[in-house]
Parts: sequence; structure tokens; C-alpha cells
Amino acid sequence: MVRMILTGNESAAWGARLSKPKVVAAYPITPQTSIIETIAEFIANGEMGARYIRVESEHSAMAACIAAQNTGVRTFTATSAHGLTLMHELLIWASGARLPIVMSVVNRAMAPPWSVWTDQLDSMAQRDTGWIQIYSENNQEVLDSIIMSYKIGEKHHILLPTMIMEDAFILSHTAEAVEVPEQKLVDEFLGEYEPAFKLDPEDPGGFGSLIMPEGPYMEFRYKMALAMDEARNEIRKVSQEFGELFGRHYPGLLEEYRTDDADAIMVVLATIGSTAKDVVDIMREKGKKVGLARVRYFRPFPYEEMRELAKKTDMLGVVDRSHTFGYGANLYTETKGALYGHSSIPVKNYVMGLGGRDITPSVLEKVFDDMLKIAKEGQVDREIEWVGLKGDERWS
Amino acid sequence: MIMPLPHGDRMIEIRFHGRGGQGSVIASKILAKAFFLEGKYVSSFPYFGVERRGAPVTAFTRVDDKPIRARYQIYEPGYVIVLDPSLLKAVDVLKGLKKNGWVLVNTMKSPEELKKQMDHHRIATVDATSIAIKHHLGSQAVPIVNTAILGAFARMSGLVKIETVMEAIRQSAPAKREENALAAKEAYENVILGGEGE
Repeated sequence: MVRMILTGNESAAWGARLSKPKVVAAYPITPQTSIIETIAEFIANGEMGARYIRVESEHSAMAACIAAQNTGVRTFTATSAHGLTLMHELLIWASGARLPIVMSVVNRAMAPPWSVWTDQLDSMAQRDTGWIQIYSENNQEVLDSIIMSYKIGEKHHILLPTMIMEDAFILSHTAEAVEVPEQKLVDEFLGEYEPAFKLDPEDPGGFGSLIMPEGPYMEFRYKMALAMDEARNEIRKVSQEFGELFGRHYPGLLEEYRTDDADAIMVVLATIGSTAKDVVDIMREKGKKVGLARVRYFRPFPYEEMRELAKKTDMLGVVDRSHTFGYGANLYTETKGALYGHSSIPVKNYVMGLGGRDITPSVLEKVFDDMLKIAKEGQVDREIEWVGLKGDERWS
Repeated sequence: MIMPLPHGDRMIEIRFHGRGGQGSVIASKILAKAFFLEGKYVSSFPYFGVERRGAPVTAFTRVDDKPIRARYQIYEPGYVIVLDPSLLKAVDVLKGLKKNGWVLVNTMKSPEELKKQMDHHRIATVDATSIAIKHHLGSQAVPIVNTAILGAFARMSGLVKIETVMEAIRQSAPAKREENALAAKEAYENVILGGEGE
């Protein structure tokens, strides 16, 4: 184990390198570019044995990963925003073909107007593609999650692809100390890739051909739904195994921070959880009983953990760094959906930080105060609230 | 005598101002590495604008004795490092700088000459441009001053040893490692420290 100063993107490249994919196919896009630049450098230096395929678009990058993985090898790719949404069609193909491809996604806002800063609409819009989705809080989690994602996805009762999210710039271009595990240990943890099926010239066959309505299309989809549900247990199990071998412990699908006896709990994704932990400590020192729950896996969604969480507190404030136009944002509607019929505590949606707008401790403190007020009054004033709009004195 | 700011156990926050191509982002990373080598927790990141050669660039470094969970920009730095003196007129480099915070400027001027512009802060100046040219870092027209200025920071702040800064430079510089390290040492020896702010 070596401690290095790495950016989130360098951490992603190291996670890929240590997992030994045989094929990397990618197209550059800000702020993902330094992931594939670093991997290209590893390959050029002979430090990574993968074949690097340069393609003309992200759609082709995913097509190349699908084709390569179908021949029975591990693959890796990375993208952001418009690149990810261009891939959309093939994301559904990859999961439907049950190929455990692993991809880094640097969360970046969608245009217009153009923005290269962080916002989670790009990956939220891929919720229904059948990919496992994990959001990272720091660079260590980026690296470790890539290794764990191969292990989880490749299990023959799972066989699903995974996208590992990192916030643009807040992680992708931020350098901090990261423990880079020894190759030997990662080899021991992952083992050789054993595909459940592959294209084999000795035994010709085809995948993904036409199925009539009375054929097994629906059964394929049902099996995929079961696999995604089963992934919950596998995530918990692999997080445990990873902790035992590497000494870094991850709390499965949902991380809780000072939630016991909390009057109100904030539910967040990604790096907001990092800053919010400091804010929870500050508030606790002032005698305000607040806690934090960071959703690591958005797909599969931790509905059981969410129901247990609601039992501990009087109110949940759900923060989304994207919006779903027409109703509440995704993390909010998923959380409420999980609680319906199981809990009657108030749940409020706070939409903030879009297009990379900075989420500071002072604004989070104001949100916590608003949450405590709702917890006390027992009802939500406004179901969905946008926080930090220019000219809105309430949050400034 | 050089006294660090009275942070107590508080975090150290440093902001860099440079122009695209001067290496401000790399400087923030090398400085983080130096503190890391001395056993500190660090975090460094750019404010990523539309980066073009010559356009103003901002970068940040945080240092603490415990893991850093702060994931937002630095608004009230204790230290500001200005790599290009022309930025003093183009950008509000002192914005949010703590009272009695240090501002380090790459300039041929003395702290006394800059005092009128920034009289609430402690000023240090160093001619990093001449030092970079002397050590053949970059070209005459566009010298790379980012390593030299870090040497000056070590002396001004007293927070990190010059030997560690030189080691971090040797480990990080893509080329001319020893020349870059020596430029830092020369800046360390030649930085001019102004008095207390008013």
C-alpha cells in the first residue's frame, strides 16, 4: 500500500489499472479527460496491459466496450454529461446483455447554458438503464468503488454493469491523499474474470437477436430485475470482504452519520455528505440534534435502510443536486416512495448546487435549521424548495 | 521574526492567483504534497474557469491536522499567493483575505511600495520571474514561476520547511527537477517580508 496525492480522476485511473481490464474504449470530455489521459499514459508506459481503443464518440465507446466484453474480457470506460447521455441507448444494451462493464462518470451539468461544473442530472437521467449506480464522497471511495464494482457486477447471479460517480472538479480535479492498494492484494480480491458466457469461434453463437412477444423477452427482464434486487446483498457482502482485506470499511448502500437520537436527518448524495458531516458536528456542538444519511448506491435503491432511518427521527430533508422537471427531484421521490405506507414523518426536498453552484457550510446550516423547524411543527411548509437562488434572501 | 497566523487547531487555507500557463494549479498541488510529506492532511483544487493561456486562474490548498471534509471553495484564506503582478489590477486578489493575513506577490517591487494598495495585510514580495529565468524555467517571455514562489511561501509562512518544498518539487516537476528545486531555494533566501498590517 502506498499513499499518493491523487485527484479524483487519477484515483479512477488507478482503480481501473489495478482491476486489469483488457480493453479501455473512451472519448474525451471535460471534466473526465484526465481519467483517460492517465490510463493512456499507464498503457504507453507498459504499466497497464489493456488495449486502448480510440473512438469517434461516446456512443461508439460503449459499443466497443459491449463488443469487447462479449468476447469474455473486462472493460472500462469513462465519461461525463453529454457523453453519458449520448451513450444512453447503449447503456440499456449493456445491462440487457448482462455485461458487467465498469464506467467512471464525472457528474457535470447538461447544457444549455454550457457548464462544465458539477450537477447530477446526467447520471440521474440514466436511472432506468439497468446500471448499478454509486456516488462517491472522496477520492479514496472513487478508487475503491471501481475495484468493488467489478467484483459485484461479475458475480454470475448479478451480471450487471456499474457506473461510479464523482462530482466534477470537487473530486475530479481535487488532489488529496489516497491509499493505493498493492496489485497483489487486488488480484487476490478480484481473481481472474470468469465470464458467464462469451463469443467463441470454436462454438459459434449470437446474442441479442429478435424475440417474438411470446418469446422470453419478459423473462429476461424479470431475471434482470431479480439480479438488481440481489445486488443489494452482494454490495453489503463485498463491502464487508473489502474491509477485511484492505482495512477500509464502507457501509454498504447507505452511510449514516450521527443519526441516533437525531430530530432531523439530511439525506444526500456524493460530496455534499462530506461538507455536511462538518456541519452536523457544528450543529451538535450548539445542541441541535441533526444527523446525516449519505446514499452511496442510488441503484439499487436502499429502500430498507431508508425505512429504518425514518424510524430514528422526526423529519427527513432530502437534498438533490439536479431536478426532475414536473415534480420533485429523484432522490426525494425515491425516498418518499420507499417510505410510503411505512412512515408518516414529514419529508422535504431541497434542490441546490445546480451547475456547480457552491454548497457552503452556511447554506447547509440554514437548511438544517429549516429541517428542525419542520420536525418541531410536524408538517412541511413547502414540499419542494429551491435553495440559494439569486435574490432569495432566505438562504443567503 | 516570522510568526504563523494564530490558527490554533484551525485549518490553513491558501489561495493562488495566476494566469493560464503559469502553473498555479500545479503549484497548489505541489504545496499540498509538501505539507503531506510533513504528515498533514491536504486538499488542493482549481477554480476551473474557461482556462486559456493568459486568463486569470485561481487555485486553492487546504491543510489540516485531521482529515479534510470541506468540499467548497475557500472564501477567507489566511494566505494569498499572486504569481503575476498584473493581476493586482485585474482581480481582487485580497477578497476575503483575513485581517493580518499574508499576501505574497511575484514582483520586483518591495512590500513598502505595495503597502498603499493593501495596508490591512502583511505583504511579502519576491522577484520570482528573474529567478525562474536565471534557472532556465520556461522561456524569457513566459518564465515558469510556480516553483520559485513556493520557496518564498515556505519562508514567509514558516509553516513548511524549505527542504520539504524542494523534495515535493523534485517528486512532482515533470522536467528540470533540480533547477525547479533550486529556484525555490533562491526565492526562499530572497523573499522580502513586510511588517505588520495596520
